[in-house]
Amino acid sequence: MATGSDMPLLLLAMLAKVGVVLLVLLTTIAYAVWLERKVVARIQSRWGPYLVGPHGLLQPVADALKIFFKEDIVPTEVDRVVYCLAPFLAFSLALLSISVIPFGESVTIGGATIHFQITDLNVGLLFVFAVTSLGVYGVALAGWSSNSKYSLLGGLRSSAQMISYELSLGLGVVGVVMLAGSLSLREIVERQSGLWNVFVQPVGFLIYFTAAVAETNRIPFDLPEGESELVGGFHTEYSSFKFAMFFMAEYANIVTVSCLATLLFFGGWLGPVFGPSLLRALLPVFWFSLKVFCFLFLYIWIRGTLPRFRYDQLMACGWKFLLPLGLLNVLVTSLVLAWRST
Amino acid sequence: MAPLFYIFAVLAILAALSVVLQRTPVYSALSLIVVLCSLAVVYLLLGAEFLAVIQVIIYAGAIMVLFVLVIMLLNARQETPSDRSRLAGWLGAPLLLVFLGELLFAVWERFPTATTRAAPLPDAGPRAVGALLFRSYVLPFEVTSILILVAVLGAVVLAKKRL
Repeated sequence: MATGSDMPLLLLAMLAKVGVVLLVLLTTIAYAVWLERKVVARIQSRWGPYLVGPHGLLQPVADALKIFFKEDIVPTEVDRVVYCLAPFLAFSLALLSISVIPFGESVTIGGATIHFQITDLNVGLLFVFAVTSLGVYGVALAGWSSNSKYSLLGGLRSSAQMISYELSLGLGVVGVVMLAGSLSLREIVERQSGLWNVFVQPVGFLIYFTAAVAETNRIPFDLPEGESELVGGFHTEYSSFKFAMFFMAEYANIVTVSCLATLLFFGGWLGPVFGPSLLRALLPVFWFSLKVFCFLFLYIWIRGTLPRFRYDQLMACGWKFLLPLGLLNVLVTSLVLAWRST
Repeated sequence: MAPLFYIFAVLAILAALSVVLQRTPVYSALSLIVVLCSLAVVYLLLGAEFLAVIQVIIYAGAIMVLFVLVIMLLNARQETPSDRSRLAGWLGAPLLLVFLGELLFAVWERFPTATTRAAPLPDAGPRAVGALLFRSYVLPFEVTSILILVAVLGAVVLAKKRL
């Protein structure tokens, strides 16, 4: 615990860290959208954004400005309190889980240790799941409060989907937790210094990644906003900044699950480290970012490639395939661990 | 840590009042979520991180989502107050006062004095909780899970009949 005198300093350092992480996260979200438009355009033989700045690099800025100046329409029949609360809930919860994600090894500069992480909770992994499980409310409440058929159906669909796939998401990582014997994300990464978990837990990774795509409501599991049947799903009635918050929340969630996939299965910041001390300190962060980028690219690639599932196929896939597979994976992992320890 | 405790304790009490006083069922459910989350923060302040997170996952996440979904599906907007029964009016207020008095008395009795020392915090990590559940309390644990399984089967049978 900190003593009284250096408490303000610690608080300041913490605030600075939170500020930097949020800035990086929001920039990542903005450019993930740009990357998605570019990559999907390339897949579909189009140009994508290229007018604003070189290669359309300033497009996110233009988009942000545009969205700020749009009229914010609140339909008359909505439940005003919940209608306004829902996007904030979705967005703030999406940003919250980044607080336990470690970006790199701790470095010591001039006697002060810097952790590349806002806070190291000893149940960090569960914390992320807790925040994800609350994320359902943003979507469900948005759908309900809009007082529109499309929104309600979209909200119900996505709540059902998120609840179903949360179970598989959790079961997929139980194997990793058993191997590491810890719920701290930092310790889970440190345990992978010999061999990445993806080679030990390939089934777990497949379950995790499939469930993560469904959990973030992305193609091919983006039924909640299947535009051919539900217009825009739960955010049909939202406009301007409130819509932007849902949009950013979706991308923040994608970044979070990509970070988590990197940490749990691909060794987090582990990678070859060499050179002078500054390079030594920054390389882990680079490896981590590179792996997260690969996952973001994979997400976009999947979006550009796969068609949408039918809703009953989606639910059947979750409950009748992923969930039993997850249970089996847990069983096999624990049997192997028990056999090894005797 | 004390200011944080007071903030979230007051928040929990206010939200609990709001659960009872709100007329719109969704608002009640949302207030209940606030109560559960504030309690989780109190657990966190007591050093029981695992319990806090589990509280959010199970109660605020899983159980309350079902409440909210049911309310949404029934599309319950505003509740019309029923014809209040005279008896409940006469008995309710005094009973409430007696209960509150009892509660206050119980808290007062145990209120820490200057000589009270904080008990050492028990280990509430996942390992300790798991060991307790699967060693000392394995029978109640299994019986509870069978009970839940039976309830689930019953719900499926009841719902299937209407399909």
